[in-house]
Amino acid sequence: MMSSTAPPDLAAGDGDGDGYMTLSLAAATTASEYASVASTFDPLLSALPSSPPTHAAFPHSPASSSFVDPPSYADVAASSSSPHSGSSSASPRSARAAGLEYTFIAVSDPAPETEPAATSLVPGSAPTYISYLVTSVRRGEHRRHAVRRRFRDFVTLADRLAESFRGHFVPPRPDKNTVESQVMQRDEFVAQRRAALERYLCRLSEHPAIGPSDEFRVFLQAEGKMPLPSSTDVASRMLDGAARLPRQLLGEETVSAPQDVLQPAKGGRDLLRIFKELKQSVVSDWVGVKPPLVEEDKEFLEKKQKLQDWEQQLTSSSQQAEALVKAQQDMGETMGTLGLALIKLTKFETEEAMYGSQRIRAADSKRIATAAVKASRACRDLNTQTVKYLDTLHEHLGIMLSVHTAFNDRASALLTVQTLMSDLASLQSRIEKLEAAALKIFGGDRSRLRKVEELRETIRATEDAKCCALREYERIKENNRSELHRLDRERKVDMLEMLKGYVKSQAAYAEKIVECWETVEEETSGYARRADCIAR
Amino acid sequence: MISTERSQSQSPRSPTAAGAPFLTISVTDPVKMGTGVQSYISYRVITKTNLPEFEGQEKIVIRRYSDFEWLHDRLAEKYKGIFIPPLPEKNAVEKFRFSKEFIEMRCQALDLFVNRIASHPELKQTEDFRIFLQADEEKMDRARSYETGIFKKPSDFLQMFKDVQSKVSDVVLGKEKPVEESTPEYEKLKNYIFELENHLAEAQKQAFRLVKRHRELGQSLADFGKAIKLLGACEGDSLEKVFSEVGSKSEMLSVKLQREADNLLFHFEEPLKDYVRSVQSIKATMVDRANAFRQHFDLDQERKYKELNLEKLKFMNPEKFSETEVEFRELKADSEEATKRFEHIVAVMEEELARFQEQKTADIGLAFHEFAKGQAKLAKDIADAWRSVLPKLEACSTS
Repeated sequence: MMSSTAPPDLAAGDGDGDGYMTLSLAAATTASEYASVASTFDPLLSALPSSPPTHAAFPHSPASSSFVDPPSYADVAASSSSPHSGSSSASPRSARAAGLEYTFIAVSDPAPETEPAATSLVPGSAPTYISYLVTSVRRGEHRRHAVRRRFRDFVTLADRLAESFRGHFVPPRPDKNTVESQVMQRDEFVAQRRAALERYLCRLSEHPAIGPSDEFRVFLQAEGKMPLPSSTDVASRMLDGAARLPRQLLGEETVSAPQDVLQPAKGGRDLLRIFKELKQSVVSDWVGVKPPLVEEDKEFLEKKQKLQDWEQQLTSSSQQAEALVKAQQDMGETMGTLGLALIKLTKFETEEAMYGSQRIRAADSKRIATAAVKASRACRDLNTQTVKYLDTLHEHLGIMLSVHTAFNDRASALLTVQTLMSDLASLQSRIEKLEAAALKIFGGDRSRLRKVEELRETIRATEDAKCCALREYERIKENNRSELHRLDRERKVDMLEMLKGYVKSQAAYAEKIVECWETVEEETSGYARRADCIAR
Repeated sequence: MISTERSQSQSPRSPTAAGAPFLTISVTDPVKMGTGVQSYISYRVITKTNLPEFEGQEKIVIRRYSDFEWLHDRLAEKYKGIFIPPLPEKNAVEKFRFSKEFIEMRCQALDLFVNRIASHPELKQTEDFRIFLQADEEKMDRARSYETGIFKKPSDFLQMFKDVQSKVSDVVLGKEKPVEESTPEYEKLKNYIFELENHLAEAQKQAFRLVKRHRELGQSLADFGKAIKLLGACEGDSLEKVFSEVGSKSEMLSVKLQREADNLLFHFEEPLKDYVRSVQSIKATMVDRANAFRQHFDLDQERKYKELNLEKLKFMNPEKFSETEVEFRELKADSEEATKRFEHIVAVMEEELARFQEQKTADIGLAFHEFAKGQAKLAKDIADAWRSVLPKLEACSTS
């Protein structure tokens, strides 16, 4: 059973929240919010790879967890501090994770390392970076792999996955540089990043297509330096593209090679292609000319609209959830401070007691103080739970981000196809014009005819490219479709789990404190009775 | 003797046995009078009694805050040593002054004020109290303005320099550094009272914050409930239903939280505030005691000094002697008077303290009880609400 599968344990701080540029401020404040909730323990002290996943099945499965006996708060508090424990009940989500490629993934041991080719003259000022130990165990294998990776490697992995899995909902990686990181202490930042990276890898492994992929395996298992070639080496690509541009402009290289169309036009190599596709999209949008191929899949368009609505409500819900968490936290805190103030009063009255009535009063205030402190603790425990469950909302906001990317993949693939098709159309019309002009010249026009031949060659090549692009587009469409299907299923499951968890924890908390207050109510009922008597 | 608890409701109470003496008072029906800057709140004061000193079985008068203040100040002036029941705060932030909550709390506090006077063995028999309860509005107005308008007697000046300033004025008038009563028990009592106020003020502050937290949590629960409902609407079918349930319960609990906030305010925070006020009233009495002590001490010193001189004069200047002797006898009378006043205050304070401690235990005990009761009920409502939703959630199977 995957150890880190459970609704990702937010308690360790959500670095991911920072990466969602498109999300509202809500996401950014989440991190700080959770950081404060998380401040009660240090994720770095949590269990390291050395402790194998022994928790296995969570003690109380949903079916058997009786209403009277919820998991004790001590248990939850302890387990939630370790990202490795399945801190939620055996949920469908964990069941989903059970059939996974990897039975164990962890990121740990952040350690500074120096850049190898340090050219600094001053010793000790060579640029350093942090590397993390990534440990994993593949299903069916006993061997535990451990490799060192730095953040840059994760970025490379993410980029490669984005290329290889177009149309899929690829989990977004933790952000590079957050505003928070400027304000935060180094250690805190590193701790948050570590937890975020771990969560990222776990989500990747949960993905039905990415989990078993080679890219992922190589990342996890290949020792030494990260072997995945960085295909997003922007600098070289820029140079590459700049070098090709003159040739493109001169008309010598007008066709995108078939394999190129399998990728969207990116900066650098495909400047011309970018210009063309941009023109195409402008034509499609502004001039109102119907592009040769349109997104006709009605079902898809409906789904897209629904998802937009969903995302909107999700955003608002997650904002309210944060406000709720804050209010709960404040309540717990104030109840605690009240309890403390009453304890001080109790102590004072006890020490200074000159009258019997004072001692009685001190005993009363002690009872109330104790109850208040208990209630405060229970409230704070509840809040940890609430954070954990309602975090599902934030999770899904993250998923929406990958949905957008997947839809963009589809749109850009479509654009590529459309561009090629209008290329073909214009090439065809050029041929027709040339042929018509050539006919008018007696004896033929050798240069024009030669040009026509060239153009026909170009058309053939463009046709090939178009076929490739069309295949790619269909592939991406299919990916979209199956992912949407998967998302629908998983979303329902996740939301239901979230509600169940939230409601259960609220009920358990309330029951716990009913008891402690009712006891005090009973103990002080004499005063009420006397008041009633006198009133009568 | 346990004092009468404040009248919880404004309903009339019947005597336990026919003929047994009773005196029940209620302050009720706050009504805004006047307009603009001149406006104020008037209260109905209903007195039901069979005591002969009062005119008739039932009397209803209209009073405003300054009338209560008049009564308080008159009693404080005349009955030194007694802890005069405290009044609710005089001033309030302008916009808050006519808020429903504020008016209700003030009314409750004023009711408590008169009832405490009514159950104090000495205070309830005072003329001032009877005037307050029975005088018609005109007479009351006159009495009140008389008090505030007329030039104060010298003894009133002393009254006015009640706190720190009295020490300053003594120094200014050329007296030595102030002398204070300093028996170990009284020292202990002074420290106790001052520290008690601090502890209580802190507790009251937290209680007030707790009220606010309830309101905030209530608000955020309501907002959350709404958002969850809308979220569920996106999902459709069975999931939408459970989302809607959860949302509705949240909204319902939000209302309960607001109610508990009100309950906390009236039955827990206000009694704590009242406790603080009572302690402040004791501090005022302590100032009176300090003043009385100083008077007694000064006159006593003067007497001793004059007595010695008198002895000398007897032999040295027999003519002057008889004059001086008359003066001396007056001084001696004054000194004895001052000493008696001081000792009276000390004795009264003893009794009052015992009474105070008992009364407070009962008052605060009740407040604690209400607090626990309210929290228990709220928690129970929360538990019930969520338990009722759980089966529906469990039943909602995922495909």
